[in-house]
Parts: sequence; structure tokens; C-alpha cells
Amino acid sequence: MNMMDLTMNRIDMVFNDLREKGSKALITYITAGDPNLGATADLIIEMEKAGADIIELGIPYSDPLADGPVIQRASARALNNGIKIADIMNMVRSVRQATQIPLIYLVYYNSVFKYGIDRFVKEAHDVGIDGIIIPDLPLEERGEVFDITKQYGIHLIPLVAPTSHQRIPKIVENAGGFVYCVSTTGVTGERDEIQTNIKDYMEEVSRYTDMPKAIGFGISNPDMASQLKDYCDGIIIGSAIVSLIEKAASRDEMLDSVYRFIRGVKRVL
Amino acid sequence: MKSITGRFGIFGGQYVPETVMNALIELEKEFNAAIQDEDFMQEYRYYLREYAGRPTPLYFAQNLTEKLSGAKVYLKREDLNHTGAHKINNVLGQILLAKRMGKKRVIAETGAGQHGVATATGAAMFGMQCEIFMGKEDVRRQALNVFRMRLLGAKVHSVESGTGTLKDAVNEAIRDWVTRIEDTFYVMGSVVGPHPYPTIVREFQKVIGEEARAQILEKEGRLPDYVIACVGGGSNAMGIFHPFYHDKQVKLIGVEAAGLGLETGKHAATMAKGSVGVLHGMKTLLLQDSEGQVMPVHSISAGLDYPGVGPEHAYYKEIGRAEYVAVTDREAVEAFVELSRTEGIIPALESAHAVAYALKLVPQLPKDKIVIVNLSGRGDKDVETVASLPEVEV
Ligand SMILES: Cc1ncc(COP(=O)(O)O)c(C=O)c1O
Repeated sequence: MNMMDLTMNRIDMVFNDLREKGSKALITYITAGDPNLGATADLIIEMEKAGADIIELGIPYSDPLADGPVIQRASARALNNGIKIADIMNMVRSVRQATQIPLIYLVYYNSVFKYGIDRFVKEAHDVGIDGIIIPDLPLEERGEVFDITKQYGIHLIPLVAPTSHQRIPKIVENAGGFVYCVSTTGVTGERDEIQTNIKDYMEEVSRYTDMPKAIGFGISNPDMASQLKDYCDGIIIGSAIVSLIEKAASRDEMLDSVYRFIRGVKRVL
Repeated sequence: MKSITGRFGIFGGQYVPETVMNALIELEKEFNAAIQDEDFMQEYRYYLREYAGRPTPLYFAQNLTEKLSGAKVYLKREDLNHTGAHKINNVLGQILLAKRMGKKRVIAETGAGQHGVATATGAAMFGMQCEIFMGKEDVRRQALNVFRMRLLGAKVHSVESGTGTLKDAVNEAIRDWVTRIEDTFYVMGSVVGPHPYPTIVREFQKVIGEEARAQILEKEGRLPDYVIACVGGGSNAMGIFHPFYHDKQVKLIGVEAAGLGLETGKHAATMAKGSVGVLHGMKTLLLQDSEGQVMPVHSISAGLDYPGVGPEHAYYKEIGRAEYVAVTDREAVEAFVELSRTEGIIPALESAHAVAYALKLVPQLPKDKIVIVNLSGRGDKDVETVASLPEVEV
């Protein structure tokens, strides 16, 4: 271990800061390489300027079974560009020179497994990644990845769902970063409303952990964010942003629409 | 192979979103209770007998045996099941399980459409709502089965994402399941997916091998030397292989789709060309690139057009209990025609892969050897596909 690993993880610093200020984290998701890696680098900087506190970068995958159509299409666009994991690592390394915003990979397990778990986590650490979310790696299967991320001081972000109940204490045990609370049953994608009884759900999660809790899946606008924020420490928005990227006719329009959207959400947090 | 943790050696497991984990745990509990419950098993056997038409014959293919002039060939006639394939065995088990769990809505993926038809059939009989996910490519090439599913009252979703084949249909079915986890039962169509599905499907398909084993003992007074079955996800093969697992003298041969040829890259021969990876909730052998992206596969047969394989097959391969080979589209079509002409039996294109390998193997064997070929389904659904091929004269 080098000295870097002994310093505090950027994710923890952000939540500590926000807690002191009494405000909530805005966690934004984009797919790396959509529409290209240069755009991803620009978007990271632009989203930070607009008020994003933490950024999730999706590693495009051929079979993203936790994702709805918007992120599926983003993944397909990135893969059509021939994006490789090494390209994404290089992009992150270079963006890391320009920003200290916490960066998290959202990656399907087969990408990590096939790349080599240790190699993936080590490279992620070396380029400046702070956390990893693996949507298809439940408690029962996470052991090896969990140990390796701990070695490198990266948080393997635990996910809980409204169906988790008695599993919650085990899921959050020894975990770091924040608890990703999936808002509702289903896949990613914008929704008009969230059916789950969020108050009961978040109280249940809070019974077992003091870790920061962020709610994600389906949050599409500032109204929804402001309804949810009192129950959690952060709001995660993905498809709504990816959708803006998809619709933009030019690079400037893309950066501008994403910037304005994020400003709008951050304002209510 | 008993597996408490849901593993077959290193293969298997549960690589799924957290949202469905409790549902899988509950499913496992209910399944274990059901198969110990004599009433449940009696009901299952009742429907196999009275509704599906079991036992299916183990038919001595005399014409083919004489023509090939090698080992004796028997056909396990799964094509004679109600709905025309082995898929109904598993569906009846899972539908009864769904009923036991109080689920009113069932979903399924389908490739060739046989599993979709079987699920729609079971749902019609038990009064359940049914939705089927099918790749858009398969909707096109298995149009007859799409019509059958709709006639049976099922809603068929044409899946546009990815390659528009079986793999994408499974993705979409899983996405639907995650969304409607509370009221929906996912009727998995093969020995694939997260634990406990590979075990559930095997347990509901092993009736094929149990019957075949008893039938050959009765007819020949001994076990066969070879058992041959095609492998898509691997359910008909595991169904017939598993009861022979401990009979070490019986060689088990799984036949995959070599498509246009293994060297062309356009095939679905997971065992021959795959590497270890994770897809659809299971660790197994997969056709994938160096970054774990699942590769497009090709087979003339929609039911074999799948980049993965059931984890228990990956394990059988690893420990050497079964051998896996591949035959091309062309060989399968030749076998399709050959079996039709020699025995008056039109096999499904999937099953024709198993027949094609038998056509190669049998002539090399001495006359005192016995080969059982699992004829997993009938070929009505494939007649249009085959008739449209320039090399086939009909
Ligand atoms: C007749 C028939 N045989 C075989 C298969 C392949 O599936 P499995 O390998 O699970 O038996 C199918 C699948 O659609 C089928 O319809």
C-alpha cells in the first residue's frame, strides 16, 4: 500500500462535507464513450461545474440487464464506437488531472471478471476511481471483489432494493461509501412517480446502518428529487441525463442541456 | 450432481440484481418443499401422463439402423409430447410451482418458440396471464409458433435489442421479472439462469432419461453405449443425461450448433469456443470477446442460437463426464431431410443436430453397440425455413 491509500476516499469526504452543510449529494450517471470518450471527459467537468457531487461512469456492456432502454442504447452507442476498458481507464486518468470529484464505475460483473478482478480494481485505483458499483453482483457472490476493493481503498458500493428486507444488515456490513437504495423494483429509466413507500423503506435501511444513503432509479426531475431528499443523503440520476445526451444535436447543445438540468436538480437539494 | 450452494464445480451461482434475490431464495425453498411433497409430485406426474402424453416411446429406428449399418439406433420421442417438444415437461413442473406459490402471471423467454408455446399452453390450462419474450429475428423465423402462442392467449413481445435472438429475449424477460417481481413467476426454459433454475429445470426434465433408461433395459436388457442430444441451453440434453450420470460406461454426447462452421466465427458452439464468464445470472462457458462482451452467435436453429450453456453442462465437460461436439447448419439440414425420408419423422432443426452427429458416429460403431438419440422436438415449425433453402428439394 502506498500513502494514497491511507488518505480518505473522496466519496467519504464529499458526504462529510455535505453533512456539515446540511445538504444532499447529487450523483449523476453517464455511460462512458457515449457518444464518444472526449464527450465523456467534457461532461464530467461540465457536470461538476453544474453542481454534481459524485459521478458514476457506466462501462458499456453488451447485455446490461439492470438497465432500461435509454441506458441500453447508450451502451450500444459506446460499443459501436469500439470503446475498450483501457480507453476508459486512460480517459479517467487524464480527467483526474483536472478534477477531484469522486468517480465511480458502474460495471457489469462479467466485464470485471473477464478483465481480471485484481487487474480491474488495481487499474481503477491507479487512474483515480473511488468506487465501483456492480449491479449484478449480490451479497452471495461479492466476496472476492469485496476483499480486493478493500485492499485498494476503493468502495464497493452496496445496493439494496425495496425487496431486500432481512438481507439489509448483511448487505451493509463492512461496506463503505454509501448505500445505493434502488427506489423501486425494475430497471433503470425515467418514471413519472415512484410507487414504493420511500419513508418506510429508508427507515428500514437506516435501522441497520449510519452510512450515507442515496436513492436512485427512476428519478427524472427536480420535483421528484425534492420529494425524496429528506429521506436520504443523496439522489442518483442517470437515464434523464443520458436521454439529454442522446437528444442533443451538437456538442454544445449536449453540454448546455446537461448543465442546465443538473443546475435545476442541485438547486432543490 | 447435488449442489447445495447452487454450484456445479465453479459454475452456476446467482449473478443477478439484488431486487430478485429474495424471490430466488423463496423459489428455492418452495421448489425443495414441492419435490419432497408427494401430492405435488403426483399432480406433476398426472399432468405429464394425462396431458403431455408421457411416457414417450423409445423407438427402435430400424430403417436408419439398417441404412447406417453400424450400431442400433433408438430415438427417444420427445417430439410426441403435447405441443411437440420436451419443453412441456419442465413447463408443467414450473407452472404447478407457480400455482403453489400463488402467482397469477407467468413470463418466459423463447428461442424456437417451443418453450413459449409450452408456457402459453400451461398458462391457458391453469388460467394464468402469460407474456412471452422472443427476439425479433426468431419471431420472423418461427412464425408458426408465434401464431400458436397468440392463439393460446399469450402476449408475445418481439425483442428488438441486441441481436434480436434468444439471449436478448432472456435479458428482456429478466428485466420484466425485476419489475413485476411480486406477482410474476419466471418460467425459465432451459437449464440456465441463476440458481435454483438450472436445478429446477433439470429436475423437471430428468423424466426423459429416467424413462429412456428403463425402456432400454426392458428392450435390450442392458444400458446404451451412447446417449446423444442437442445442446442449446441444455435442457433436453441434461434431462436425458442426468439419470445416466452414474452409469460410467454410457457415453454422453452433447451436440452444439457449428452454424456456418467453427472457423467462420458464425456459430453457437459455446463448449468448443467459449471461455468462462457470467451471463443471465450464471457463471458458465460463454462466447465472448477479451473484454467480456457477449458475441453474436449464429445457428439455423433458433433454439440453439445461444452464446451460453447451462452451468451443469460446463461442469460435465470439465470433469469429462460428457463430450461436446458441434455440427453445421448444413449437416443439420441434411439430417432433417434424412430422418424424414428414412423414418417418416420430421425432427425439429435443433434435434436434427443430434441426429446429424448420430449419422456420422453410428456407421463407425460395431453392430452390437446401442445409441440413443434424444429427439427433442418435431419439425413442423421449421418446414418453412428448410423449404426456403436452395439446396433442399421439396
Ligand atoms: C425442439 C427443441 N430442442 C432443443 C432446444 C434447445 O434447448 P435445450 O438445449 O434447453 O434443450 C429447443 C429450444 O428451443 C427446442 O425447441
